Amino acid sequence: MSDALTADDLLELHRRMVLLRTYDERSVVYQRQGRIGTYAIFWNHEAIQAGATFALRDDDWIFPSYRESAIGLVRGLPAQTLFQWWRGHPSGWWNPADWNVASIAVPIASQIPHATGLAWGKKLRGEDTVAMAFFGDGATSEGEFHEGVNLAAVMGAPVVFVCNNNGWAISTPLEAQTKARALADKAIGYGIPGVTVDGLDVLAVQEAARDAVDRARAGGGPTLIEAVHYRAAPHATADDPSAYIDQARVDEARANECLARFERLLTEQGVLTAERAEEARREAEELMRAGIAAAEAEAPGDPELLFTNVYVEPPGNIRRG
Amino acid sequence: MAELLLVEAVNDALHTELERDADVMVLGEDVGRAGGVFRATAGLLERFGPQRCVDTPLAEAGLLGAAVGLCLAGWRPVVEMQYDAFSYPSLNQLITHVGRYRWRSGGRLAFPITIRMPYGGGVRAPELHDDSPETYYVHTPGIKVAIPSTPADAKGLLAAAIRDPDPVVVFEPKLVYRTARGEVPEGEHVVPLGRARVARSGDDVTLIAYGAMVGVCERAADVVDASCEVIDVRSLRPLDEETILASVAKTGRVVIVHEAPRTAGFGAELAALVAERSIYDLQGPVLRVTGYDVPYPYWSLEDAYVPSVERVAAAVETLVG
Repeated sequence: MSDALTADDLLELHRRMVLLRTYDERSVVYQRQGRIGTYAIFWNHEAIQAGATFALRDDDWIFPSYRESAIGLVRGLPAQTLFQWWRGHPSGWWNPADWNVASIAVPIASQIPHATGLAWGKKLRGEDTVAMAFFGDGATSEGEFHEGVNLAAVMGAPVVFVCNNNGWAISTPLEAQTKARALADKAIGYGIPGVTVDGLDVLAVQEAARDAVDRARAGGGPTLIEAVHYRAAPHATADDPSAYIDQARVDEARANECLARFERLLTEQGVLTAERAEEARREAEELMRAGIAAAEAEAPGDPELLFTNVYVEPPGNIRRG
Repeated sequence: MAELLLVEAVNDALHTELERDADVMVLGEDVGRAGGVFRATAGLLERFGPQRCVDTPLAEAGLLGAAVGLCLAGWRPVVEMQYDAFSYPSLNQLITHVGRYRWRSGGRLAFPITIRMPYGGGVRAPELHDDSPETYYVHTPGIKVAIPSTPADAKGLLAAAIRDPDPVVVFEPKLVYRTARGEVPEGEHVVPLGRARVARSGDDVTLIAYGAMVGVCERAADVVDASCEVIDVRSLRPLDEETILASVAKTGRVVIVHEAPRTAGFGAELAALVAERSIYDLQGPVLRVTGYDVPYPYWSLEDAYVPSVERVAAAVETLVG
C-alpha cells in the first residue's frame, strides 16, 4: 500500500471507484431499457480511472476518450449530464473549463495533442498545471498518439499519458496492433519515462500516476503509463465479443475484478467495513437514480441549438438548409 | 502607407498583432530560426522570443491539435502550415475538433485559432506544393476562410483572422507573394471578414475570383472586348453575397474562376448562389474556369492546368459574343 495515502484517502478512492462502477453498470441497464443510446462499457477499468486521477489536483486537466466518458464523476460532474451525453441530448455538453475535464473524444487518439497543447500552454504562462490524457491500446497505433507524445516530450510539457491497455480495440487484439513487447516501451523512442502497471491494482496505478504527476509538475516533462488488464466486458452495448474474445481470460479478469480486489485489501487493512462499503454503493445508486430521472425529466433539446453554438460570430447563411 | 510585397504585408500583420496582444503566438515548421520558408515569419523569433514564435516538430495534426489545447490555456495560436498540401494530415483535427469544439462545449468555449498557409500553383515547385484546398476547409462547419489577393488585404484579413473569436483559415496566394506590391496601411489594419472587394468596375460581365486568380481576371478584362467587373471574394465564409449579387444584377453575365479542381469546388457554391438568388438577372449561363478534375500536375505541365488569361477571356467572349 502506498505510504502517502491516509485511511481517508483510501476510502475516498474507494468511493470514486464505486461511483464509476455503479454508473457503468446502471448505464448498461439503461441502454437495454432504451433510456440511453449505444454505450461504451468501462466495467473493470475503474482502478485505472480513479487511481490515475487521484494523483491530480482539481486545477489539473483530464482529457478522456469515450472509454472514460464518466470520469468527470470523480470531480463531481453530475451523472445527469453524463447520461444526457449518452442520450444524445445537448445538455450532455458541459463546459470543460468548469471541471477541467475536456469533452469526450470520439476519434481515437485525437485528444492526445489537446492534452499536450494545454499542458504546454499552461507551462508557457508560468502555471504548474498538469494534463492527463487517457486512451486505449489501439490509440498507440494512431499518428496523433505519436505526434502528441513527441511534441510533449520536445516541449517538456507536463502531461501524463495513461494508456488503458485492455488488450483489445473492439476485435483487434494487442498482438495485431503492435510488435512492441510493452506499450510502455514506446516511451523510449520519445526519450521519456515509460512504466507498466497492473491496471486492476488501483494503488499501483495511483502510485505510478503520482510519480508522473510530481515529475511533470516539477518540470520533468511527460510520462507514459501503460495500465495492463484484459477487457472483461464488450467494447460497447452494440458489440458481441463472443466471436473473438478468449472467454477463459474474461472469466479470470472478472474473478480478479478491481473493485472487489480493492475492497478485500481495505477490509484486511481494517480501513473498510461492510457497512461503509454498502453505504458507498447506496449513495452511488441513489446518485444514478436521481441522475437518470433528472435527465429524463428534461425537455427535449431545442432545435435552435443546431445553430447557436457553432460560432461566436456566425456567418449569415448557416441556417439555410 | 508603405509599399510592401504581399509576403511582407503578412509579416507586418504578424508583428503588429503579436505586439498588440500578448496572447497571440505563432507556431509551425521553420517559422522561428528560418523565419518561414517564404520568410513570412521573419523577425518574430528575435522580437518576441521562442515562447511566442515556436519552431515545432514536423507534425501537422499534432500542431493543430496542440493549438486546441493552447486555446484551453488562454492562447490565440497562429499555426502555419508550410504548404497547402502539407496541411492534409491536420484535417482530422480540423474536422473532428477545431470546427466542433465550441459547439460541443455548449457555446462556452472559444477557439480563436488562425491557420495560415501559402497556397496555389504557378511557382514551378515539386509535386504537392501547388494545391488549392479551400473547399475542404470551407466545407467544414465551424471554420471561416479568407483569401487575400493584395498586400493590404493580406495584412488586414490576417489581422481580422487573428482577432476573430472563431477558427479562421487564411490562404495566401504564394504565386504573388513577391510580385503583388501595393500600399499597405502602417500599424493596425483590419479588413473585416465577409466583405468582397470590387477590384474593377464594369458593366457587361462579372468575373468572380479570389487569390492569384483575381490578377488573372484583371488581365483578362484588359484583353476582352467587353466591360468586365472583377469581384475579389476575399472571404469565402462569411461570404459577401450582396456584393456578388449586386454585380450580377448589373451585368447579367458571370464567369467564376478558381485554381482548385472543378467538381464541388467553391465555384459550384457561387454558381448555385447566383442560380438561387439571381436567375432572372442572367442573360446567359453561369460559366466556370477552373483547374481540372485531375491531380495538380508536375510543374512543366502546370500552365496547362492553372486557369490562364486566355481561358478566362474565352469564357467572357462566349457570353458576350
